[in-house]
Amino acid sequence: MDLHAKTLTELAAGLDSGDYLSVELTQALLDRIAAHDEKLNAMITVTGDEALAAAAKADADRAAGNAGTLCGLPLIHKDIFCTRGVRTSCGSKMLDNFVSPYDATVVERLAAAGAVMLGKANMDEFAMGSSNETSYYGPVRNPWDLDRSPGGSSGGSAASVAARFTPAATATDTGGSIRQPAALTNTIGIKPTYGRVSRYGMVAFASSLDQAGVITRTAEDAARLLGVMAGFDERDSTCLDEPVPDYAADLGNSIKGLKIGVVRQHFDEGLDADCGARVREAIAALESLGATAVEVDMPNIDLSVPTYYVVAPAECSSNLSRFDGVRFGHRAKDTGDLFDLYCRSRGEGFGDEVKRRIMTGTYVLSAGYYDAYYLKAQQVRHLIADDFKRAFEDVDVIAGPTSPTAAFKLGAKVDDPITMYLNDIYTIGANLGGFPAMSIPCGFVGGLPVGLHLVGHHFDESALLRCAHAYQQETDWHTRCPEGFA
Amino acid sequence: MSLDKDQVQQIATLARLKLKPEEHAELVDKLSRIVDFVDHLSAADTEGVIPMAHPLDVAQRLRQDVVTEPNERDRYQENAPSVTEGLYLVPKVIE
Repeated sequence: MDLHAKTLTELAAGLDSGDYLSVELTQALLDRIAAHDEKLNAMITVTGDEALAAAAKADADRAAGNAGTLCGLPLIHKDIFCTRGVRTSCGSKMLDNFVSPYDATVVERLAAAGAVMLGKANMDEFAMGSSNETSYYGPVRNPWDLDRSPGGSSGGSAASVAARFTPAATATDTGGSIRQPAALTNTIGIKPTYGRVSRYGMVAFASSLDQAGVITRTAEDAARLLGVMAGFDERDSTCLDEPVPDYAADLGNSIKGLKIGVVRQHFDEGLDADCGARVREAIAALESLGATAVEVDMPNIDLSVPTYYVVAPAECSSNLSRFDGVRFGHRAKDTGDLFDLYCRSRGEGFGDEVKRRIMTGTYVLSAGYYDAYYLKAQQVRHLIADDFKRAFEDVDVIAGPTSPTAAFKLGAKVDDPITMYLNDIYTIGANLGGFPAMSIPCGFVGGLPVGLHLVGHHFDESALLRCAHAYQQETDWHTRCPEGFA
Repeated sequence: MSLDKDQVQQIATLARLKLKPEEHAELVDKLSRIVDFVDHLSAADTEGVIPMAHPLDVAQRLRQDVVTEPNERDRYQENAPSVTEGLYLVPKVIE
Protein backbone atom coordinates (compact mmCIF):
# COMPACT_ATOMS: atom_id res chain seq x y z
CA MET A 1 0.00 0.00 0.00
CA ASP A 2 1.66 3.22 -1.14
CA LEU A 3 0.29 5.37 1.64
CA HIS A 4 2.87 8.10 1.03
CA ALA A 5 1.45 8.77 -2.43
CA LYS A 6 -2.01 9.60 -1.07
CA THR A 7 -3.39 13.05 -0.38
CA LEU A 8 -4.66 14.12 3.01
CA THR A 9 -8.24 13.77 1.79
CA GLU A 10 -7.60 10.23 0.53
CA LEU A 11 -5.89 9.28 3.77
CA ALA A 12 -8.81 10.63 5.78
CA ALA A 13 -11.15 8.35 3.84
CA GLY A 14 -8.83 5.36 4.35
CA LEU A 15 -8.63 5.95 8.09
CA ASP A 16 -12.39 6.45 8.30
CA SER A 17 -13.13 3.18 6.55
CA GLY A 18 -10.56 1.30 8.64
CA ASP A 19 -8.26 0.35 5.75
CA TYR A 20 -5.28 1.19 7.98
CA LEU A 21 -4.53 2.72 11.33
CA SER A 22 -2.86 6.06 11.92
CA VAL A 23 -0.04 4.20 13.69
CA GLU A 24 0.66 2.22 10.48
CA LEU A 25 0.45 5.33 8.32
CA THR A 26 2.70 7.31 10.68
CA GLN A 27 5.29 4.52 10.81
CA ALA A 28 5.29 4.24 7.01
CA LEU A 29 6.01 7.95 6.61
CA LEU A 30 8.65 7.97 9.37
CA ASP A 31 10.38 5.07 7.56
CA ARG A 32 10.23 7.02 4.33
CA ILE A 33 11.77 10.11 5.92
CA ALA A 34 14.53 7.95 7.44
CA ALA A 35 15.25 6.37 4.05
CA HIS A 36 15.23 9.52 1.89
CA ASP A 37 15.99 12.62 3.93
CA GLU A 38 19.74 12.12 3.70
CA LYS A 39 19.36 13.20 0.04
CA LEU A 40 17.18 16.25 0.75
CA ASN A 41 17.98 17.58 4.24
CA ALA A 42 14.34 18.72 4.45
CA MET A 43 14.05 17.95 8.16
CA ILE A 44 15.71 19.59 11.16
CA THR A 45 14.03 17.39 13.78
CA VAL A 46 12.05 14.17 13.33
CA THR A 47 9.70 13.52 16.25
CA GLY A 48 9.15 9.78 15.79
CA ASP A 49 8.21 8.84 19.36
CA GLU A 50 5.85 11.77 19.80
CA ALA A 51 4.29 11.05 16.39
CA LEU A 52 3.61 7.40 17.16
CA ALA A 53 2.12 8.31 20.53
CA ALA A 54 -0.15 10.92 18.91
CA ALA A 55 -1.14 8.41 16.22
CA ALA A 56 -2.02 5.78 18.84
CA LYS A 57 -4.17 8.32 20.64
CA ALA A 58 -5.85 9.25 17.35
CA ASP A 59 -6.60 5.60 16.65
CA ALA A 60 -8.13 5.23 20.12
CA ASP A 61 -10.18 8.42 19.67
CA ARG A 62 -11.48 7.17 16.35
CA ALA A 63 -12.37 3.77 17.81
CA ALA A 64 -14.25 5.58 20.59
CA GLY A 65 -16.15 7.68 18.04
CA ASN A 66 -14.33 10.89 18.92
CA ALA A 67 -12.50 11.54 15.66
CA GLY A 68 -11.67 15.24 15.03
CA THR A 69 -11.58 16.62 11.52
CA LEU A 70 -7.89 15.73 11.07
CA CYS A 71 -7.86 12.65 13.31
CA GLY A 72 -4.68 10.65 12.72
CA LEU A 73 -3.57 12.62 9.65
CA PRO A 74 0.17 13.34 9.37
CA LEU A 75 1.84 16.68 8.82
CA ILE A 76 5.17 18.44 9.21
CA HIS A 77 5.60 21.85 10.83
CA LYS A 78 8.02 24.45 9.57
CA ASP A 79 10.57 24.90 12.35
CA ILE A 80 9.40 28.48 12.88
CA PHE A 81 6.32 27.32 14.82
CA CYS A 82 6.83 26.82 18.53
CA THR A 83 6.19 23.23 19.60
CA ARG A 84 6.01 22.52 23.30
CA GLY A 85 8.81 20.22 24.49
CA VAL A 86 10.36 20.03 20.99
CA ARG A 87 13.29 22.12 19.77
CA THR A 88 12.20 25.15 17.73
CA SER A 89 15.34 26.34 15.94
CA CYS A 90 14.00 28.67 13.24
CA GLY A 91 16.96 27.43 11.17
CA SER A 92 19.38 29.38 13.36
CA LYS A 93 22.35 28.65 15.58
CA MET A 94 20.79 31.26 17.86
CA LEU A 95 17.92 28.88 18.71
CA ASP A 96 19.74 25.58 18.24
CA ASN A 97 19.24 24.85 21.96
CA PHE A 98 15.73 26.33 22.31
CA VAL A 99 13.02 23.94 23.48
CA SER A 100 9.74 25.79 23.31
CA PRO A 101 7.75 25.94 26.55
CA TYR A 102 4.47 26.37 24.63
CA ASP A 103 2.68 25.55 21.37
CA ALA A 104 1.94 28.07 18.62
CA THR A 105 -1.80 28.57 18.05
CA VAL A 106 -1.45 26.93 14.61
CA VAL A 107 0.20 23.89 16.19
CA GLU A 108 -2.37 23.76 18.99
CA ARG A 109 -5.37 23.96 16.64
CA LEU A 110 -4.06 21.31 14.24
CA ALA A 111 -3.19 18.98 17.14
CA ALA A 112 -6.61 19.53 18.72
CA ALA A 113 -8.19 18.43 15.43
CA GLY A 114 -6.18 15.21 15.67
CA ALA A 115 -3.24 15.90 13.32
CA VAL A 116 -0.02 13.97 13.95
CA MET A 117 3.25 15.94 13.73
CA LEU A 118 6.03 13.92 12.08
CA GLY A 119 8.71 16.53 12.70
CA LYS A 120 10.03 20.02 12.02
CA ALA A 121 11.06 21.17 8.56
CA ASN A 122 14.26 22.94 7.53
CA MET A 123 14.03 26.60 6.49
CA ASP A 124 16.11 29.69 5.77
CA GLU A 125 17.43 31.19 8.99
CA PHE A 126 14.61 33.18 10.63
CA ALA A 127 12.76 32.78 7.28
CA MET A 128 15.20 35.20 5.63
CA GLY A 129 16.09 33.79 2.25
CA SER A 130 14.66 32.51 -1.01
CA SER A 131 16.75 29.36 -1.49
CA ASN A 132 16.93 27.64 1.91
CA GLU A 133 20.70 28.18 1.76
CA THR A 134 20.83 30.48 4.81
CA SER A 135 19.80 27.67 7.20
CA TYR A 136 22.27 26.87 9.98
CA TYR A 137 21.42 23.21 9.25
CA GLY A 138 22.51 23.38 5.62
CA PRO A 139 20.56 23.82 2.39
CA VAL A 140 17.56 21.72 1.41
CA ARG A 141 17.83 20.02 -1.97
CA ASN A 142 15.03 20.07 -4.52
CA PRO A 143 13.63 16.57 -5.09
CA TRP A 144 13.20 17.44 -8.80
CA ASP A 145 16.96 17.98 -9.17
CA LEU A 146 19.23 17.46 -6.18
CA ASP A 147 21.70 20.09 -7.43
CA ARG A 148 19.00 22.75 -7.29
CA SER A 149 17.33 24.76 -4.55
CA PRO A 150 13.71 24.07 -3.55
CA GLY A 151 13.32 27.80 -2.93
CA GLY A 152 12.76 29.38 0.44
CA SER A 153 12.23 30.19 3.08
CA SER A 154 9.81 27.25 3.48
CA GLY A 155 12.14 25.00 1.46
CA GLY A 156 11.94 22.05 3.86
CA SER A 157 8.14 22.19 3.97
CA ALA A 158 7.90 22.25 0.16
CA ALA A 159 10.53 19.56 -0.44
CA SER A 160 8.97 17.23 2.14
CA VAL A 161 5.53 17.50 0.48
CA ALA A 162 7.01 17.12 -3.04
CA ALA A 163 9.02 14.05 -1.96
CA ARG A 164 5.94 12.47 -0.38
CA PHE A 165 7.30 12.50 3.18
CA THR A 166 3.96 14.00 4.16
CA PRO A 167 0.78 15.08 2.37
CA ALA A 168 0.97 18.52 4.01
CA ALA A 169 3.26 20.91 5.81
CA THR A 170 2.74 24.23 7.54
CA ALA A 171 4.74 27.17 6.22
CA THR A 172 5.04 30.93 6.57
CA ASP A 173 5.23 33.73 4.04
CA THR A 174 6.64 37.24 4.53
CA GLY A 175 7.52 38.03 0.90
CA GLY A 176 6.86 34.76 -0.94
CA SER A 177 8.23 32.10 1.39
CA ILE A 178 5.27 29.75 0.94
CA ARG A 179 4.53 30.39 -2.72
CA GLN A 180 7.99 30.48 -4.32
CA PRO A 181 9.09 27.11 -2.84
CA ALA A 182 5.69 25.66 -3.78
CA ALA A 183 6.22 26.79 -7.38
CA LEU A 184 9.73 25.35 -7.50
CA THR A 185 8.66 21.93 -6.17
CA ASN A 186 5.32 21.33 -7.96
CA THR A 187 3.21 21.80 -4.84
CA ILE A 188 0.30 24.01 -3.78
CA GLY A 189 1.16 26.85 -1.43
CA ILE A 190 -1.34 29.29 0.05
CA LYS A 191 -0.69 32.43 2.08
CA PRO A 192 -3.98 33.64 3.56
CA THR A 193 -5.04 37.25 4.14
CA TYR A 194 -2.88 39.08 6.68
CA GLY A 195 -4.46 38.48 10.08
CA ARG A 196 -6.47 35.45 8.97
CA VAL A 197 -4.27 32.95 10.82
CA SER A 198 -2.80 33.63 14.26
CA ARG A 199 0.89 34.46 14.45
CA TYR A 200 1.04 33.52 18.13
CA GLY A 201 4.02 31.23 18.66
CA MET A 202 5.33 31.82 15.15
CA VAL A 203 8.83 33.28 15.48
CA ALA A 204 8.49 36.87 14.23
CA PHE A 205 10.42 38.17 11.21
CA ALA A 206 8.43 41.17 9.90
CA SER A 207 5.21 41.40 11.86
CA SER A 208 3.20 43.51 9.41
CA LEU A 209 3.92 41.03 6.59
CA ASP A 210 4.24 37.55 8.19
CA GLN A 211 1.40 35.13 7.66
CA ALA A 212 1.06 31.37 8.21
CA GLY A 213 -0.28 29.00 5.59
CA VAL A 214 0.14 25.50 4.17
CA ILE A 215 1.88 23.55 1.44
CA THR A 216 0.02 20.52 0.05
CA ARG A 217 -0.37 18.74 -3.27
CA THR A 218 -4.04 19.59 -3.82
CA ALA A 219 -6.29 22.60 -3.26
CA GLU A 220 -8.72 20.27 -1.50
CA ASP A 221 -6.12 19.44 1.17
CA ALA A 222 -5.14 23.08 1.57
CA ALA A 223 -8.81 24.02 2.12
CA ARG A 224 -9.21 21.30 4.72
CA LEU A 225 -6.19 22.49 6.74
CA LEU A 226 -6.83 26.19 6.38
CA GLY A 227 -10.33 25.69 7.77
CA VAL A 228 -8.76 24.40 10.98
CA MET A 229 -5.95 26.97 11.20
CA ALA A 230 -7.84 30.16 10.36
CA GLY A 231 -9.86 32.30 12.70
CA PHE A 232 -9.64 34.79 15.52
CA ASP A 233 -7.10 34.30 18.29
CA GLU A 234 -7.07 36.50 21.38
CA ARG A 235 -3.32 35.90 21.70
CA ASP A 236 -2.36 37.66 18.45
CA SER A 237 -3.35 41.32 18.55
CA THR A 238 -3.25 41.54 14.73
CA CYS A 239 -5.40 38.45 14.17
CA LEU A 240 -8.68 39.64 12.68
CA ASP A 241 -12.10 38.74 14.00
CA GLU A 242 -13.72 37.87 10.68
CA PRO A 243 -15.93 34.85 9.98
CA VAL A 244 -14.05 31.99 8.30
CA PRO A 245 -15.93 30.53 5.35
CA ASP A 246 -16.22 26.78 4.84
CA TYR A 247 -13.33 26.59 2.38
CA ALA A 248 -13.85 22.89 1.66
CA ALA A 249 -17.55 23.36 0.87
CA ASP A 250 -16.78 26.35 -1.40
CA LEU A 251 -14.36 24.31 -3.52
CA GLY A 252 -17.02 22.71 -5.66
CA ASN A 253 -18.50 26.03 -6.82
CA SER A 254 -17.93 26.81 -10.47
CA ILE A 255 -15.53 29.51 -11.64
CA LYS A 256 -17.88 30.48 -14.48
CA GLY A 257 -17.99 34.24 -14.76
CA LEU A 258 -14.95 34.72 -12.53
CA LYS A 259 -12.88 37.66 -13.72
CA ILE A 260 -9.10 37.25 -13.79
CA GLY A 261 -6.76 40.23 -13.99
CA VAL A 262 -3.41 39.67 -15.66
CA VAL A 263 -0.80 42.19 -14.58
CA ARG A 264 0.92 43.60 -17.65
CA GLN A 265 4.11 44.41 -15.71
CA HIS A 266 4.51 40.78 -14.59
CA PHE A 267 5.23 39.56 -18.10
CA ASP A 268 7.98 42.08 -18.81
CA GLU A 269 11.64 41.17 -19.27
CA GLY A 270 12.96 39.35 -16.22
CA LEU A 271 10.47 36.53 -16.65
CA ASP A 272 11.86 33.37 -18.26
CA ALA A 273 10.02 33.02 -21.58
CA ASP A 274 9.21 29.32 -21.15
CA CYS A 275 7.88 29.87 -17.62
CA GLY A 276 5.77 32.72 -19.00
CA ALA A 277 4.36 30.41 -21.65
CA ARG A 278 3.29 27.82 -19.03
CA VAL A 279 1.57 30.55 -17.01
CA ARG A 280 -0.24 31.89 -20.09
CA GLU A 281 -1.43 28.35 -20.86
CA ALA A 282 -2.74 27.99 -17.30
CA ILE A 283 -4.66 31.26 -17.55
CA ALA A 284 -6.11 30.06 -20.87
CA ALA A 285 -7.16 26.83 -19.15
CA LEU A 286 -9.00 28.82 -16.48
CA GLU A 287 -10.73 30.74 -19.29
CA SER A 288 -11.83 27.48 -20.86
CA LEU A 289 -13.43 26.65 -17.49
CA GLY A 290 -15.58 29.75 -17.73
CA ALA A 291 -13.41 32.52 -16.32
CA THR A 292 -12.59 35.65 -18.30
CA ALA A 293 -9.18 37.30 -18.35
CA VAL A 294 -8.46 40.99 -18.74
CA GLU A 295 -5.20 42.90 -18.58
CA VAL A 296 -4.68 45.11 -15.55
CA ASP A 297 -2.14 47.85 -15.01
CA MET A 298 -0.31 48.25 -11.71
CA PRO A 299 1.92 51.28 -12.16
CA ASN A 300 3.67 51.02 -8.78
CA ILE A 301 4.22 47.26 -8.68
CA ASP A 302 7.84 47.56 -9.87
CA LEU A 303 8.67 49.26 -6.57
CA SER A 304 7.56 46.22 -4.54
CA VAL A 305 11.02 44.75 -3.99
CA PRO A 306 12.79 47.94 -2.85
CA THR A 307 9.80 48.77 -0.62
CA TYR A 308 9.94 45.33 0.92
CA TYR A 309 13.70 45.55 1.51
CA VAL A 310 13.16 48.62 3.66
CA VAL A 311 10.03 47.54 5.56
CA ALA A 312 10.96 43.91 6.22
CA PRO A 313 14.54 44.55 7.47
CA ALA A 314 13.28 47.45 9.61
CA GLU A 315 10.77 45.18 11.34
CA CYS A 316 13.30 42.36 11.55
CA SER A 317 15.92 44.53 13.22
CA SER A 318 13.36 45.42 15.86
CA ASN A 319 11.94 41.89 16.30
CA LEU A 320 15.33 40.21 16.51
CA SER A 321 16.53 42.56 19.23
CA ARG A 322 14.97 40.07 21.67
CA PHE A 323 17.88 37.69 21.03
CA ASP A 324 20.27 39.07 23.61
CA GLY A 325 21.93 35.97 25.06
CA VAL A 326 20.20 36.55 28.40
CA ARG A 327 16.77 34.94 28.53
CA PHE A 328 17.06 32.21 25.88
CA GLY A 329 19.09 31.33 22.83
CA HIS A 330 22.81 31.31 22.16
CA ARG A 331 25.16 33.00 24.64
CA ALA A 332 28.83 33.62 23.86
CA LYS A 333 31.40 32.25 26.29
CA ASP A 334 33.95 34.23 28.31
CA THR A 335 32.45 37.62 27.57
CA GLY A 336 33.54 40.90 29.15
CA ASP A 337 30.85 43.40 30.07
CA LEU A 338 27.13 43.28 29.22
CA PHE A 339 27.63 45.16 25.95
CA ASP A 340 30.24 42.60 24.90
CA LEU A 341 27.87 39.76 25.86
CA TYR A 342 25.13 41.20 23.64
CA CYS A 343 27.41 41.86 20.67
CA ARG A 344 29.27 38.57 20.75
CA SER A 345 26.21 36.40 21.43
CA ARG A 346 24.45 38.00 18.46
CA GLY A 347 27.57 38.03 16.28
CA GLU A 348 28.04 34.30 16.84
CA GLY A 349 24.38 33.28 16.85
CA PHE A 350 23.21 34.93 13.62
CA GLY A 351 24.27 33.95 10.10
CA ASP A 352 25.34 36.29 7.27
CA GLU A 353 21.94 37.02 5.70
CA VAL A 354 20.26 37.66 9.05
CA LYS A 355 23.06 40.07 9.95
CA ARG A 356 22.66 41.87 6.61
CA ARG A 357 18.94 42.33 7.25
CA ILE A 358 19.40 43.49 10.83
CA MET A 359 22.05 45.96 9.64
CA THR A 360 19.85 47.22 6.77
CA GLY A 361 16.92 47.64 9.14
CA THR A 362 19.01 49.42 11.73
CA TYR A 363 20.31 51.80 9.07
CA VAL A 364 16.89 52.71 7.61
CA LEU A 365 15.48 53.33 11.08
CA SER A 366 18.44 55.34 12.35
CA ALA A 367 18.29 59.06 13.06
CA GLY A 368 18.56 61.12 9.89
CA TYR A 369 17.55 58.26 7.55
CA TYR A 370 14.10 57.35 8.88
CA ASP A 371 12.15 59.76 6.65
CA ALA A 372 14.13 59.02 3.51
CA TYR A 373 13.79 55.25 3.80
CA TYR A 374 11.27 53.89 6.28
CA LEU A 375 8.60 56.56 5.99
CA LYS A 376 9.04 56.74 2.22
CA ALA A 377 8.71 52.96 1.91
CA GLN A 378 5.51 52.96 3.99
CA GLN A 379 4.09 55.59 1.62
CA VAL A 380 5.04 53.59 -1.48
CA ARG A 381 3.55 50.55 0.22
CA HIS A 382 0.23 52.38 0.29
CA LEU A 383 0.52 53.17 -3.43
CA ILE A 384 1.16 49.49 -4.20
CA ALA A 385 -1.76 48.32 -2.03
CA ASP A 386 -3.96 50.89 -3.80
CA ASP A 387 -2.92 49.44 -7.18
CA PHE A 388 -4.28 46.09 -6.03
CA LYS A 389 -7.47 47.59 -4.58
CA ARG A 390 -8.14 49.45 -7.84
CA ALA A 391 -7.65 46.20 -9.77
CA PHE A 392 -10.03 44.35 -7.45
CA GLU A 393 -12.80 46.84 -8.24
CA ASP A 394 -12.89 45.15 -11.62
CA VAL A 395 -11.54 41.61 -11.18
CA ASP A 396 -11.92 38.73 -8.68
CA VAL A 397 -8.38 37.38 -8.78
CA ILE A 398 -5.06 38.49 -10.21
CA ALA A 399 -3.00 35.88 -12.06
CA GLY A 400 0.63 35.70 -13.14
CA PRO A 401 3.87 33.81 -12.59
CA THR A 402 4.97 32.90 -9.03
CA SER A 403 8.68 33.05 -9.76
CA PRO A 404 10.77 34.54 -12.60
CA THR A 405 12.49 31.20 -13.31
CA ALA A 406 12.20 27.52 -12.44
CA ALA A 407 14.45 26.13 -9.66
CA PHE A 408 18.01 27.48 -9.80
CA LYS A 409 21.25 25.73 -8.88
CA LEU A 410 22.38 25.76 -5.27
CA GLY A 411 25.09 28.39 -4.91
CA ALA A 412 24.03 30.28 -8.04
CA LYS A 413 22.64 33.38 -6.31
CA VAL A 414 23.96 33.10 -2.79
CA ASP A 415 26.71 35.71 -3.21
CA ASP A 416 24.49 38.43 -4.61
CA PRO A 417 21.72 39.57 -2.26
CA ILE A 418 19.95 41.70 -4.89
CA THR A 419 19.66 38.83 -7.40
CA MET A 420 18.33 36.65 -4.59
CA TYR A 421 15.83 39.30 -3.50
CA LEU A 422 14.44 39.59 -7.05
CA ASN A 423 13.18 35.98 -6.82
CA ASP A 424 10.22 37.37 -4.93
CA ILE A 425 9.38 40.15 -7.40
CA TYR A 426 5.90 38.72 -8.20
CA THR A 427 4.96 37.58 -4.70
CA ILE A 428 5.93 40.51 -2.45
CA GLY A 429 3.04 42.78 -3.51
CA ALA A 430 0.48 40.49 -1.85
CA ASN A 431 2.34 40.73 1.47
CA LEU A 432 2.69 44.51 1.27
CA GLY A 433 -1.08 44.83 0.79
CA GLY A 434 -2.08 41.94 3.09
CA PHE A 435 -3.83 40.07 0.26
CA PRO A 436 -4.28 36.27 0.15
CA ALA A 437 -2.22 34.55 -2.55
CA MET A 438 -1.45 31.10 -3.82
CA SER A 439 0.86 29.14 -6.12
CA ILE A 440 -0.48 26.24 -8.18
CA PRO A 441 1.53 23.68 -10.21
CA CYS A 442 1.01 24.56 -13.90
CA GLY A 443 3.54 22.60 -15.93
CA PHE A 444 7.24 22.09 -16.48
CA VAL A 445 10.22 23.70 -18.18
CA GLY A 446 13.18 21.40 -18.82
CA GLY A 447 11.85 18.90 -16.29
CA LEU A 448 11.44 21.54 -13.56
CA PRO A 449 8.07 22.69 -12.18
CA VAL A 450 6.47 26.09 -12.80
CA GLY A 451 3.85 27.80 -10.62
CA LEU A 452 0.79 29.89 -11.45
CA HIS A 453 0.37 32.73 -8.96
CA LEU A 454 -3.08 33.94 -7.91
CA VAL A 455 -3.83 36.89 -5.63
CA GLY A 456 -7.30 37.51 -4.18
CA HIS A 457 -9.05 40.35 -2.42
CA HIS A 458 -8.89 40.58 1.37
CA PHE A 459 -10.50 37.53 3.03
CA ASP A 460 -11.29 35.89 -0.30
CA GLU A 461 -9.09 32.81 -0.02
CA SER A 462 -12.11 30.90 -1.34
CA ALA A 463 -11.78 32.39 -4.83
CA LEU A 464 -8.16 31.22 -5.01
CA LEU A 465 -8.92 27.72 -3.74
CA ARG A 466 -11.87 27.41 -6.11
CA CYS A 467 -9.70 28.35 -9.12
CA ALA A 468 -6.99 25.94 -8.02
CA HIS A 469 -9.45 23.11 -7.44
CA ALA A 470 -11.18 23.63 -10.79
CA TYR A 471 -7.77 23.70 -12.52
CA GLN A 472 -6.64 20.53 -10.74
CA GLN A 473 -9.77 18.71 -11.90
CA GLU A 474 -8.75 19.39 -15.50
CA THR A 475 -4.97 18.98 -15.28
CA ASP A 476 -2.62 16.43 -13.78
CA TRP A 477 0.53 18.49 -13.21
CA HIS A 478 0.10 18.22 -9.45
CA THR A 479 0.13 14.43 -9.59
CA ARG A 480 3.60 14.33 -11.18
CA CYS A 481 6.17 12.98 -8.76
CA PRO A 482 9.94 13.61 -8.86
CA GLU A 483 11.98 10.61 -10.04
CA GLY A 484 13.18 8.47 -7.17
CA PHE A 485 10.34 9.59 -4.89
CA ALA A 486 7.38 7.73 -6.40
CA MET B 1 30.20 52.72 -2.14
CA SER B 2 27.31 54.51 -0.48
CA LEU B 3 28.48 53.33 2.97
CA ASP B 4 32.03 53.42 4.31
CA LYS B 5 33.78 51.28 6.92
CA ASP B 6 33.07 53.64 9.78
CA GLN B 7 29.37 53.89 8.97
CA VAL B 8 29.09 50.10 8.87
CA GLN B 9 30.81 49.88 12.26
CA GLN B 10 28.41 52.48 13.64
CA ILE B 11 25.39 50.48 12.40
CA ALA B 12 26.86 47.27 13.86
CA THR B 13 27.27 48.99 17.22
CA LEU B 14 23.66 50.20 17.14
CA ALA B 15 22.54 46.68 16.19
CA ARG B 16 24.70 45.08 18.91
CA LEU B 17 26.55 42.86 16.46
CA LYS B 18 30.23 42.04 16.79
CA LEU B 19 31.62 41.55 13.30
CA LYS B 20 34.74 39.66 12.31
CA PRO B 21 37.12 41.74 10.10
CA GLU B 22 36.18 39.75 6.98
CA GLU B 23 32.46 40.13 7.74
CA HIS B 24 32.94 43.86 8.18
CA ALA B 25 34.63 44.23 4.77
CA GLU B 26 31.95 42.18 3.06
CA LEU B 27 29.15 44.16 4.68
CA VAL B 28 30.59 47.45 3.39
CA ASP B 29 30.15 46.08 -0.13
CA LYS B 30 26.84 44.26 0.29
CA LEU B 31 25.07 46.84 2.44
CA SER B 32 26.09 49.54 -0.02
CA ARG B 33 24.51 47.53 -2.83
CA ILE B 34 21.33 47.02 -0.82
CA VAL B 35 21.12 50.73 0.05
CA ASP B 36 21.71 51.68 -3.60
CA PHE B 37 18.93 49.28 -4.57
CA VAL B 38 16.35 50.63 -2.11
CA ASP B 39 17.30 54.17 -3.17
CA HIS B 40 15.04 53.52 -6.20
CA LEU B 41 12.21 54.53 -3.88
CA SER B 42 13.35 58.14 -3.90
CA ALA B 43 12.04 58.47 -7.47
CA ALA B 44 8.44 57.65 -6.43
CA ASP B 45 6.02 60.54 -6.14
CA THR B 46 4.56 60.19 -2.64
CA GLU B 47 3.37 63.74 -2.19
CA GLY B 48 0.42 63.62 0.21
CA VAL B 49 0.39 59.81 0.52
CA ILE B 50 -0.33 58.54 4.03
CA PRO B 51 2.29 56.05 5.25
CA MET B 52 0.74 52.61 5.67
CA ALA B 53 0.38 51.59 9.29
CA HIS B 54 -1.53 48.33 8.78
CA PRO B 55 -1.98 46.24 5.62
CA LEU B 56 -5.76 46.28 6.05
CA ASP B 57 -5.95 49.86 7.32
CA VAL B 58 -7.61 48.77 10.56
CA ALA B 59 -6.93 50.11 14.03
CA GLN B 60 -5.28 48.03 16.71
CA ARG B 61 -7.71 45.99 18.78
CA LEU B 62 -7.74 46.71 22.51
CA ARG B 63 -8.54 44.32 25.35
CA GLN B 64 -9.42 44.59 29.02
CA ASP B 65 -6.36 45.04 31.22
CA VAL B 66 -6.85 41.85 33.22
CA VAL B 67 -4.48 39.03 34.15
CA THR B 68 -4.97 36.07 31.82
CA GLU B 69 -1.71 34.13 32.09
CA PRO B 70 -0.36 32.15 35.05
CA ASN B 71 3.19 32.69 36.31
CA GLU B 72 5.39 29.97 34.81
CA ARG B 73 8.77 31.54 35.43
CA ASP B 74 10.58 28.33 36.32
CA ARG B 75 9.50 26.59 33.13
CA TYR B 76 10.43 29.57 30.97
CA GLN B 77 13.81 29.89 32.63
CA GLU B 78 14.74 26.35 31.60
CA ASN B 79 15.90 27.95 28.31
CA ALA B 80 18.01 30.62 29.99
CA PRO B 81 21.80 30.35 29.74
CA SER B 82 22.34 31.41 33.35
CA VAL B 83 19.87 31.89 36.22
CA THR B 84 19.89 31.79 39.98
CA GLU B 85 16.95 32.02 42.41
CA GLY B 86 14.65 32.98 39.56
CA LEU B 87 16.90 35.78 38.32
CA TYR B 88 18.70 36.02 34.96
CA LEU B 89 22.44 36.44 35.41
CA VAL B 90 24.48 38.88 33.33
CA PRO B 91 27.99 40.33 33.74
CA LYS B 92 28.33 42.96 36.46
CA VAL B 93 26.69 46.23 35.30
CA ILE B 94 27.21 48.54 38.29
CA GLU B 95 30.68 48.95 39.76
